[in-house]
Amino acid sequence: MTTVETATGPARTMVLNMGPQHPSTHGVLRVGLELDGETVVKADPDLGYLHTGIEKSCQDKTYSQAITLTDRMDYLNPLGNNLVYCLAVEKLLGLDVPKRAQYIRVMMVELQRISSHLVWLGTHAIDMGAMSVFLYCFREREEILKIFERFAGQRMMTSYIRIGGVAVEPPAGWREMIGKFLKMLPSRVDEYEALLTENRIWQARLKGVGKIKLEDAIAYSMSGPTLRAAGLAYDNRKAFPYSSYEEFDFDVPIRTDSDCYGRYLLRVAEIRESLKIVKQAMDKITDSGAIKTEAPGIVPPQREKMKTEMEALIYHFKIFTEGFSPPPGDAYVAIESPRGELGCYIASDGSPKPLRCHFRSPSFINLQALPRLIEGQLIADVIACIGTIDIVLGDVDR
Amino acid sequence: MAESGEQNATSVIVEKLRGWNAKAVSEVIEFHGETTVVVPRELLRATAEYCRSQLQFDFLSDATSLDRFPVEPRFELSYHLVSIPQRLKIRLRTRVSGSDPKVDSMVPVWPGAGWLEREIFDLMGIRFEGHPDLRRILLPADWEGHPLRRDYPTEGFRDVPSTYIPAFKKQ
Repeated sequence: MTTVETATGPARTMVLNMGPQHPSTHGVLRVGLELDGETVVKADPDLGYLHTGIEKSCQDKTYSQAITLTDRMDYLNPLGNNLVYCLAVEKLLGLDVPKRAQYIRVMMVELQRISSHLVWLGTHAIDMGAMSVFLYCFREREEILKIFERFAGQRMMTSYIRIGGVAVEPPAGWREMIGKFLKMLPSRVDEYEALLTENRIWQARLKGVGKIKLEDAIAYSMSGPTLRAAGLAYDNRKAFPYSSYEEFDFDVPIRTDSDCYGRYLLRVAEIRESLKIVKQAMDKITDSGAIKTEAPGIVPPQREKMKTEMEALIYHFKIFTEGFSPPPGDAYVAIESPRGELGCYIASDGSPKPLRCHFRSPSFINLQALPRLIEGQLIADVIACIGTIDIVLGDVDR
Repeated sequence: MAESGEQNATSVIVEKLRGWNAKAVSEVIEFHGETTVVVPRELLRATAEYCRSQLQFDFLSDATSLDRFPVEPRFELSYHLVSIPQRLKIRLRTRVSGSDPKVDSMVPVWPGAGWLEREIFDLMGIRFEGHPDLRRILLPADWEGHPLRRDYPTEGFRDVPSTYIPAFKKQ
């Protein structure tokens, strides 16, 4: 206990340890809170409980092996992680990806964004005491996971996006499956909004809580919905388009209230925008065409070719034993993940394993501003703030 | 087309940096459309400050490091800057030797560098002068060594018989 000066005179403070097993920290985040009554005087986030050394492990794997590790960072956005890693490696190699594969990537990543926002909405609602929204959101997310399972054989750790394209051809009947989902979701989102947007408890818990000024948000390198809710339309899909995003017609929703309620409305608006992109991507994806680029020695050859062509068999063997070696140099690629700017920096020294593989995780950097959001607020607001920054501890700690 | 336009814009930035202080730009690397300006270690903070205040690089997107052990200077420190109003990206880089791994902190320029530099300190062991709170961030406070260094084995020290691999011996 220490004594601090407050508006009403000197007061004794108490140190409270929140987490790492607190359910509202969405994983294993520990926040040391110094409290004056119920008011937070100082907050010190303590991380690393989920640190698995993925960046170090990547240095010991070949370029294609490391894709499976990226799935496990931000476990609500595995496809986005695959995408940023593959884009970085493709940039190093100077590899072009067929348009059809790019559109499939966009479609999958946008479905992933919807599923991530649904998990966010559900878990945040449960933190604020609205149990039913959680069940509804997970019901819809289940449909997306079923789509992923049909596409990639895996519900979460998909590893679907590969260097040079995507892993496999879309499954039979994928259009009907996604079409059904797109038809169903808008009315369901209206349902969530009917339950929450005008809800008095929801508004009382979120409105005016966790405000941050735009200058501060930029200075603290915040990105994603947290930055856009502060009033800046900065989105990597528009600012630095990748994977043919420039061909899609969508809006970047912004808010100016910069509080937890604004971030909620913004994410709901983003779900609707993502639906638009998925629809456009479905129209753009042709029924036949290449899903991988032709790059012998980098992209594994087709199964049929391996049965008939000796070179294909040799390349296949070499890719999976020694890997391939990009030219020396480095590349940084940033995409817009559901949480903000997800970056991947890869440096090559001309060997089959990366010299350095670094991930700029949006959760980690957005979390840095948490003390700024909660200092001076009530302890109950801490949960609202952690929730609306939308952190995934797997992404924070890597 | 967009790429070449961007290229022109970044070369203008590099020229402006040269005009401000010719010593600040010791090398310019162009690779796959990314511009890297290599800055001497002593001038890094001044250059960053100039980039932020005069060239509108208001957003520090990422900071990272790499280790080229056993080549000296072994560490490379990269700051990825974004200019939101100009939609431009540039990378500032400085090289740091293994015998004296320290640089000036960027926290006075971009407060967002705080945790990024703590991460580099934690995993790579580069010290940041003037950082307000330089502690380990991902690893426990009593951890020994810096795992992202190339002379730190991926499996850790415990199971590696150090007599087999002299280079991996703990200092």
